[in-house]
Amino acid sequence: MTSPTTATSTGSPLRGLLSVESPAVATAGVGLFADALRGQAVTVAEADWQPPMPGTEADLARVMADARRAEANATAYARLIASTAELCDVKQAKDALGLERGTFLHAGPPIDWERASGPLRGAFIGAVLFEGLADNAEEAEKKLAAGEFTFEPCHHRDAVGPMAGVVSPSMWMYGLRDEVHDAWSWCSLNEGLGKVLRYGAYGPEVVDRLHWMTDVLGPILQQSVRATGPFDIKSILAQMLQMGDEGHNRNRAGSLMLLRELLPGMITADASSNDIAEAVRFSGANEHFFLNLGMPACKLATMAAHGVPGSSLVTTMARNGTDFGIRVSGTGDEWFTGPANTPQGLFLGDYGPDDANPDIGDSAITETAGIGGFAMAAAPAIVKFVGGDVPFALRATQTMYEITLGEHPMFQVPILDFRGTPTGIDVVSVVRTGILPQINTGMAGRVAGTGQVGAGLVNPPTECFPAALAALGRAVPLA
Amino acid sequence: MSITHVDVRRGAYHDSVTLLQVSRTVADVDGVEAAQVAMATELNVEVLSGMGFDVPEGAGANDLVVAVRAADEDGVAAGIAAAEAALSAKSTTPSGGFGDPPPPRTTAAAVRAGGADIALISVPGRYAATEALDAIGAGASVMLFSDNVSVEDEVMLKDAAAAADVLVMGPDCGTAVVGGVALGFANVVGAGPVGMVAASGTGAQQIMCLLDAAGVGISHCLGVGGRDLKTAVGARSTRQALAALAADEGTTSIVVVSKPPDEEVLADLETYAAGLGVPVRWATLGSGRPDLTSAVEAVLRAEGRDVPEWPSWVAEGDPEAGSVAGSLRGLFCGGTLADDAMLLAADALGDIRSNIPLRDDLALGSDMRDDGHLVIDFGDDGLTQGRAHPMIDPTLRMERIAAEAADPTCGVLLLDLVLGFGAHQDPAGELADAIRAAKESARAQGRELPVVVSVTGTESDPQGLTRTGETLAAAGASVFLSNRDATRHALSFLGSTR
Repeated sequence: MTSPTTATSTGSPLRGLLSVESPAVATAGVGLFADALRGQAVTVAEADWQPPMPGTEADLARVMADARRAEANATAYARLIASTAELCDVKQAKDALGLERGTFLHAGPPIDWERASGPLRGAFIGAVLFEGLADNAEEAEKKLAAGEFTFEPCHHRDAVGPMAGVVSPSMWMYGLRDEVHDAWSWCSLNEGLGKVLRYGAYGPEVVDRLHWMTDVLGPILQQSVRATGPFDIKSILAQMLQMGDEGHNRNRAGSLMLLRELLPGMITADASSNDIAEAVRFSGANEHFFLNLGMPACKLATMAAHGVPGSSLVTTMARNGTDFGIRVSGTGDEWFTGPANTPQGLFLGDYGPDDANPDIGDSAITETAGIGGFAMAAAPAIVKFVGGDVPFALRATQTMYEITLGEHPMFQVPILDFRGTPTGIDVVSVVRTGILPQINTGMAGRVAGTGQVGAGLVNPPTECFPAALAALGRAVPLA
Repeated sequence: MSITHVDVRRGAYHDSVTLLQVSRTVADVDGVEAAQVAMATELNVEVLSGMGFDVPEGAGANDLVVAVRAADEDGVAAGIAAAEAALSAKSTTPSGGFGDPPPPRTTAAAVRAGGADIALISVPGRYAATEALDAIGAGASVMLFSDNVSVEDEVMLKDAAAAADVLVMGPDCGTAVVGGVALGFANVVGAGPVGMVAASGTGAQQIMCLLDAAGVGISHCLGVGGRDLKTAVGARSTRQALAALAADEGTTSIVVVSKPPDEEVLADLETYAAGLGVPVRWATLGSGRPDLTSAVEAVLRAEGRDVPEWPSWVAEGDPEAGSVAGSLRGLFCGGTLADDAMLLAADALGDIRSNIPLRDDLALGSDMRDDGHLVIDFGDDGLTQGRAHPMIDPTLRMERIAAEAADPTCGVLLLDLVLGFGAHQDPAGELADAIRAAKESARAQGRELPVVVSVTGTESDPQGLTRTGETLAAAGASVFLSNRDATRHALSFLGSTR
């Protein structure tokens, strides 16, 4: 919102409107008027106007007239882009988050076993087995169904988890710190692709790998970070966008840059050379190694933007495989949820659309912070992984400018002449335009234990946004 | 037995003017008996069901209905194909080039994309305040063509605009000319020293055209919306517009034109205007105040100009003055032209019923019928919900002309026709046909029906004033540039009822 000025302070009234040689005109509505202006050789910018989401007129009017909103959004946005993200530590979840035995974190908004999808159930089963809380999958499932364990969203502990996002007390986590806002965010270590816990697989190879990560990889990474860190993750994000990554489903450059930082400390860690070699091989072979650092970096940014009264900036988008939920800066910790959509995209091997589970994971935090699907134009090669074509990738990023508050000063897209990525989703703009955030995502198998079946493109369910808008409307102080 | 097809396309929005054109295109397809392509607003669903199309439950204002009735399957298919071709031709073409950005989707985005000074907003009324606030926030002045905006929203928008030092022209603002750019409905007039502030669209056009006929050009015409001089709005935009014109080097005098204002607002405004250092003259309609033409004549005299003879084309063969029984029927597209005519006619005829009555007790019922004198403004909010303005979509008025011709209590028809940008490209041809048909149908009943048309336009308008006048005169109508003269001519046929 432009700052108010008075007629007397600017010399010429109405911002000099009557002195303009040939005023330029923007139009919204009847196309005939734009045509009539073009007929007079006037410069016309015609909005491709569409009605807002149905039934939102009153809430839009109330929220847009909220005198606090412009400044609140400016504050939230400034905090979002000012946040820093340095990898400062690696710890087990029980130490990092005080996670109690028998409590499991998961991706997305709150959910119970009854409504949990296949991949989330599979990940819970695998985590129960990994923690030694059951001897076999049947027993684990029975105990889970009986309500013997506690579930909690990662987001409620300032953490994030990709896909199922299941975190148990013994798992190691990266700790990232935002120096400006004095905050920490945590994320588990990436297990690689294929049959992995986060995609709902829980077979012996999955659990064995988790044990190796706990016994070998975690301690080596901890020594490396403590000896040679901290490492500036936000800076890697900025660089990788200029190297063809978008930070959600393409993390190749980021993973290599991260490994470059970690290697000296890993090699000199107090561990056997065989273990070090395996840890380095495992990390280097995983092109999504960096995802679990990009996500908490984004979480730190959106945490900083959260809690500004009157702000309509989205600070969380997360899915648990059943529900998609958003949270908004000006509406506190309330989740606004709708049924998660099923991604459209490309499938691994013989898998097809019928095998895919609805959208799952906290990784949409990347889009919430202005990268991932929002930075797709920076990563045209990704269309070979998630579907679509290169013009689509360019259009996706450019369309997101319509629903965001700003352009990220550090995250830039070379092909768009280094324009900053569209950052800070505004609930009001989403409702007005009907444009839904573009998310790039992995696809988990619908059946527990399957693992990854593909990758693709997905949008949040529409209803999250009118619900959040209504809550913003209720929060507007009476004039 | 004809075949009916109705399908609903969710979330496929097009504006009402575009859909009007699409509907006409489809209706013209060979084999198609009836067609309507419209958003499923309450009103349109009513219209559709009146045409015999059943719209499925659950269709809403954001959903497009394509309804076609034809003699056979081929006709239906041809109709649907024509609808689709017309819709895809009308939809904003996404920029074709590789990597070109998609078109802006909100008014503020368009303002930023085009570096716009003014945003012309004509979205349906219930969405208009949102878009206007958005444009103000982006630093642009707003011409708000949309009607059906609440007075509370109007005040809110005008206060926000004043704080941002921009102007809200509207809501329901049909006409503005800024820096030579005609916005909305406006006539092609020369540049000159007279600035205009208009709480009336067609009133402003009438004055612009009369000034043009007298050889006087205008600097700017700033619309302010028809309610600006009402107490609830308190001339918020008028004051801003007056101050801006007073500070404008190209403006040496100002004319304020308005539908009947609230007295105390006008009094305050006159005091305010007296301190501006530029002569401000008033064409503010009301009982006991000059009509639009007389106001222009006063302006011309004050400027030391001659008052010309206003152009007219008088029909031959009409009944003699004072010889016609029956009542005055004024069917207008321009609200201020209707007010102007009513005020003049009321002096001669007494009470006139209307949907925009001079007194509350003269309001027409919802059937819009009365045996006595009546004037209808087809551009009023109540008649434009869910449809385009009658200057774009004349259907309702055309139907009423035919109905009046068949009504023995109708003594004389008084019509208006507004030319210029934004108006129908060949309005005279269509209206001339309707006038001929009306006169014939009255004649068939043994009545001679005089028809008088008040044409607001200039020679430089795309439709041409003289061309229009001659076309209408050839159909048997008397045509006047001056709305006053047109009204007086119509009144002359009626025997004095007072």
